[in-house]
Amino acid sequence: MIHKPSISHKPDYASKKKARLGIIFFFIYFILYGGFVAIGVINYELLAIETLGGLNLATLYGIGLIVFAVLLGILYNFFCSRYEDQMEKEMEGKEVEL
Amino acid sequence: MIYGISYTALFFFIVFVGLVLGLSFYFGRKTKSASSYYAAGGQIHWSINGVAFAGDYLSAASFLGICGMIAVSGFDGFLYAIGFLAGWMVALFLVAEPFKKLGKYTFSDALNSTFQSRLVTLTASISTLIVSIFYLIPQMVGAGDLVTPLLGLPHWVGVFLVGIIVIVIVATAGMTSTTYVQFLKGGLLIVLSTILTIYILKNGFTLNPDHKNQAYHEFLELSPEIKDGKVERVEDWNVITQTEVQGKEFVNLEKDGVSRWFDLVQSDNRYVLKEVLSITEDENGTQLYNGEPKENGNFYQVGHLSKIIVNGKEVDKTGPVGPFEYLNIIKESTVVRFTNVKFLDNNGNVSLFYQNEIEGKDFLLPGLKYKIGKGASLWSKMDFVSLMLALFLGTAALPHILIRYYTVHSPRDARKSTILAIAAIGTFYILTLFMGLGAATNGVMDVESSNMAAPLLARAFGVVLFSVISAIAFATVLGTVAGLLVASSGAIAHDLLDGYFNKNLSDVNKVKAGKIAAIVVGLFAIALGVSFKGMNVSFLVGWAFAIAASANLPAILFLLFWKKTTAKGISWSIVMGIVSSLAIILTSPSMWALYGLNPIDAIHQLENPAIISFPLSALTLFLISSFKKNIK
Repeated sequence: MIHKPSISHKPDYASKKKARLGIIFFFIYFILYGGFVAIGVINYELLAIETLGGLNLATLYGIGLIVFAVLLGILYNFFCSRYEDQMEKEMEGKEVEL
Repeated sequence: MIYGISYTALFFFIVFVGLVLGLSFYFGRKTKSASSYYAAGGQIHWSINGVAFAGDYLSAASFLGICGMIAVSGFDGFLYAIGFLAGWMVALFLVAEPFKKLGKYTFSDALNSTFQSRLVTLTASISTLIVSIFYLIPQMVGAGDLVTPLLGLPHWVGVFLVGIIVIVIVATAGMTSTTYVQFLKGGLLIVLSTILTIYILKNGFTLNPDHKNQAYHEFLELSPEIKDGKVERVEDWNVITQTEVQGKEFVNLEKDGVSRWFDLVQSDNRYVLKEVLSITEDENGTQLYNGEPKENGNFYQVGHLSKIIVNGKEVDKTGPVGPFEYLNIIKESTVVRFTNVKFLDNNGNVSLFYQNEIEGKDFLLPGLKYKIGKGASLWSKMDFVSLMLALFLGTAALPHILIRYYTVHSPRDARKSTILAIAAIGTFYILTLFMGLGAATNGVMDVESSNMAAPLLARAFGVVLFSVISAIAFATVLGTVAGLLVASSGAIAHDLLDGYFNKNLSDVNKVKAGKIAAIVVGLFAIALGVSFKGMNVSFLVGWAFAIAASANLPAILFLLFWKKTTAKGISWSIVMGIVSSLAIILTSPSMWALYGLNPIDAIHQLENPAIISFPLSALTLFLISSFKKNIK
């Protein structure tokens, strides 16, 4: 049995940086998501308070979590692509020097 | 509910199914190798893969289940949308790229990339099968629910239709055709949901939600004569029985040979009998809907507002409204839900759906299904946390989602397609809030099945919209079931036969074995779809998420982020995740009800297992990896 990737990949020089960024972004989102769940369990009444545009906190927080997920994903891709391009250039430079 | 065949719907249905099958046969001719069958040769463009991700993920649970649950339980249904999308954050930030680098065709490929352990192959493939089967059940239930109003056919026919068509799709071309079916349906689902939402906002609210092709039933209100709390006389009706159920009084009256049930309500110091919907079944199994045979069509679609408040003023109807205004009007108004009670009386089984008014502000808060407010028990709070945990952790551990990382060329493409999927899925989930609330207030709900909320809402706005949306919803089920069958067939043919039993299959035989496996799992799914009829599909999918989160995610995360992880640790954590989550599900109140027992007598009151099973599985992996040497 051979367990290899279906496509051979170029070396990913930025993988450590991307992994670190991924963990940071994950915890940012996890805290926000956990905050929603915690409010529901600990201080349920807070979810009923009126917020922006007359929406209650539950609706605003829920829609906000969805919109924030999309924005955070776009930001993550932006940084990851930049890291990849930067690292690739740096490594190309090193290969030429060698 | 009683449905007749719609020929427009039938036309669109045939066009879609024909298109889907045509795609399958076209790609089937090109599918010769195992790589193209299981992973579409790794050559799918990231943008196609991103929309296909959305098509794969937006299953019957999302379109049928979430809309239905919002329509019935308000904000509690939206919790699923929030959790389902949040799960993609785990997939994107922690799993997508490294997983793409590790794997080949299946989930166990990635887990086993370091160890080459047969034990890991065995446990990961069994986990894939169990999660896929639990995910398949709601898809098949949803398929049956769809076909009834679409083609006027019984539920089981819908289940068979989906099963057979999907088996053909998967058995002909595997992942390539599955990808394009999912791409097509994912894109169309989002476009049509947007159109439906525009209709909802344009339509606004009315106290009497009549539609061009269906008038809303005017519920009777009678004035009874009461003595000592008992109904003695009611206008020109004969009083048959009066029954107390769960603290409420229900009265059975008869007129012109038809018996009807009413809810005795006291308001403003006077008694009123409010008409309820009833399904009765006598000892011979004869069912009556509102006291008449089903064919008479006197069982109505329901769901309306009893009071509409706009800017502090009570009105009979509004014109078109904006999205924020829409949510605010519901918050200020009063929603009429239909609550079910079941009991036995002298003539047999009685199932009643009575009008239950609720303030809009409470409808837009959690609590109707998952009690977490004042007076909530520890069990119900735990259940809420457990559900949210399962939804958050489950997505990144679903085998049919994970294998889609292998269909693109590079880890960068895997990341980009995940972000596109998140944007598409997020947009759709915001629309579900409007579609669910629209169904709750537009008199379209089928009290027998909440799953049909969105398609029935579309039918109220026109038969063409209904037909196209139903055909897309059907394609939704096809796309997801196809993905699940590819994942299952990979687990059986590639992991178990080739990997665990060392059959050393040739490329051609591996494809052949995968196709046979897809047929067997497909037939099994048909049987399960028939058995679980009537359950909300989102609720059922919640279980699949919980098992995936418990069995697979600890293994994935430890493998990626903890160097001391061992093969034995991974295998036993998968076993612990499966056993603990299944044990909690099989002893849950919902399963107790399915066994015909009283849910209150269940061993525990936890519906969602992840809060216990996920930490147990992670702890098992940590302890075994810490104390046992690696094995091969």
